Amino acid sequence: MSITAWTYWIVGLTFALYIGIAIATRVRSTSGFYVAGRGVSPLMNGMATGADWMSAASFISMAGLISFSGYSGSVYLLGWTGGYVLLALLLAPYLRRYGKFTIPEFVGDRYGSQVARVVAVFCAIFVSFTYVAGQMRGVGVVFSRFLEVEIETGVIIGMVLVLFYAVLGGMRGITYTQVAQYSVLILAYLIPAVAISWKLTGSAIPQIGFGGTIQSGEGAGLHLLQTIDQLHRDLGFPEYTGAFLAGGRSMIDMFAITLALMVGTAGLPHVLIRFYTVRTASAARWSAMWALLFIGILYTTAPAIATFARVNLIRTLNGVSASDVPPWFTNWEKTGLIGFEDKDGDGKIRYVADEGLNELTVDRDIMVLANPEIAELPAWVVALVAAGGLAAALSTAAGLLLVISSSISHDLLKSVFVPTMSEKWELRIARKSAVVAVCVAGYFGINPPGFVAEVVAFAFGLAAASFFPILILGVFSRRTTKEGVIAGMLAGILFTGGYIVWFRTHPELGPEDWLFGISPTGIGSIGMVINFLVTMTVSRFTPVPPPEIIAVIDHIRRPE
Amino acid sequence: MSDASPDRDRAYWRANLRLLLSLLAVWALCGFGLSIFFVEPLNEVKMGGFPLGFWFAQQGSIYVFIVLTLIYAIAMDRIEARHRAERDASSDRGDA
Repeated sequence: MSITAWTYWIVGLTFALYIGIAIATRVRSTSGFYVAGRGVSPLMNGMATGADWMSAASFISMAGLISFSGYSGSVYLLGWTGGYVLLALLLAPYLRRYGKFTIPEFVGDRYGSQVARVVAVFCAIFVSFTYVAGQMRGVGVVFSRFLEVEIETGVIIGMVLVLFYAVLGGMRGITYTQVAQYSVLILAYLIPAVAISWKLTGSAIPQIGFGGTIQSGEGAGLHLLQTIDQLHRDLGFPEYTGAFLAGGRSMIDMFAITLALMVGTAGLPHVLIRFYTVRTASAARWSAMWALLFIGILYTTAPAIATFARVNLIRTLNGVSASDVPPWFTNWEKTGLIGFEDKDGDGKIRYVADEGLNELTVDRDIMVLANPEIAELPAWVVALVAAGGLAAALSTAAGLLLVISSSISHDLLKSVFVPTMSEKWELRIARKSAVVAVCVAGYFGINPPGFVAEVVAFAFGLAAASFFPILILGVFSRRTTKEGVIAGMLAGILFTGGYIVWFRTHPELGPEDWLFGISPTGIGSIGMVINFLVTMTVSRFTPVPPPEIIAVIDHIRRPE
Repeated sequence: MSDASPDRDRAYWRANLRLLLSLLAVWALCGFGLSIFFVEPLNEVKMGGFPLGFWFAQQGSIYVFIVLTLIYAIAMDRIEARHRAERDASSDRGDA
């Protein structure tokens, strides 16, 4: 069977599975739609959170990103896992203890303010939309690469599928499809990684093979990481394992980006609402642990894949004549993800840091997508990787769509405008908002905004600078007032947004113009500090929260 | 609720804060200290084929993060069980 035939089969089977789960888990109550009836076990919630969290970018692009940046790429690994420690310790158990449906609801009730609620609604919707557009695009890209259909067709297939299970099953349907999607994506990630690790280093565990020695061929017996550092020196790249070298990130910027990604993770509404779906605060702590474990499996494998792919890429291509390239090179050359331009006319590929002399261009996504072929694995593994990429994108998209739909139906319509709304009516509106959200997301997937990287930085920066401080203070400081958080959120958002937009609209500005040497990607950490300072200062000068609010806080802090 | 006791709740909250502050100290030490601030001197030390600072940044810190959330889940279950036992004992005695 050909790769395409396998891909149709495996992708078709996984889609049938997701649809089957959606039909089995359809819901009729708002509690089922928003929080899966709060009956999800910590282990299941951990898997669902893992799939919810790991997006098309984590699955397809992250290993490649690290492969090209070496030590500097650690910011993603540290930032996107370290945030779960903050979630587990500072947020998840208290949000569950408080036990309502959404994040803006927590903000509005804890601070007793409709203004704070509405600001939180807009932050939640903005953050989720910026994110979901990328996921829909990811679905389209995977479809077009593996099934040779137009990106637009791929986006529309993805929209119909998400629509089906998110609208029918709400959070319950999303949760159990995410459990299935986690299983698909982690298998698809690990199988090629294990095979490549085994081949290259003789160890079947990528996390160990990564620090092992090269098995055979040139440089056999040498440590993999030493080899890659030597190759980098020879070709003029900064050393792979070296820190803060020219071409890499500075210490202060590493620090700022890591912190911004950590607190941004802990402030993302689609992750936070997952902790509402379990029974107790204790179950919320356990599911944060399971989630981090399941995420950690992929996140500790990614840097290993990055190293293997880098060594393989340089060793199999550099200095090789164009007629002797391996078959995967020719296959992927067609997609434009890898390219060779014979500048010096010697017929051999030359891969060096110097732009003027370099003849090889490589897209970072190829490091995961072409992995099974580089390792000469059977066709069904290639098909599984396609299904894994789709699972990662669809699961994240569904989680985000639920946030958008509940923000509109529950936080805006029910809490602010029509408090008398019946449950049946609210559920109907929630489903309709999900349909609208899918269509908007699909539109952005087909016509992506031209500045995707900045948009993601914006989503994290905004989550870090808006939600994180006010959620933390909401639990840990009784003295924090509604005036304080409104001022703090606005200050954090305006500063962070302004900084990102300023550098976006002034492309002539470079790293030497950055505030304290912090890049726009990392500026959310400063935005967060500003939010904390403004919130605490304004709170000192405004009246103490009323007794009923203090009672809410004491209730959240008291164990069950 | 009649069994709410401010003293016992305060003791529970203090135990929780003590625990989470010490876990967060380890979180910061690994995530920012060993992985970023001290990465250069640590890279002089080799652990198998890994420069140690690089290993913390791409592997070690993630393992530590998982262990921290595990410790917190176990320890908080214990603290809450103790709190509940004390609460039940005192409500049996009929005080508070």
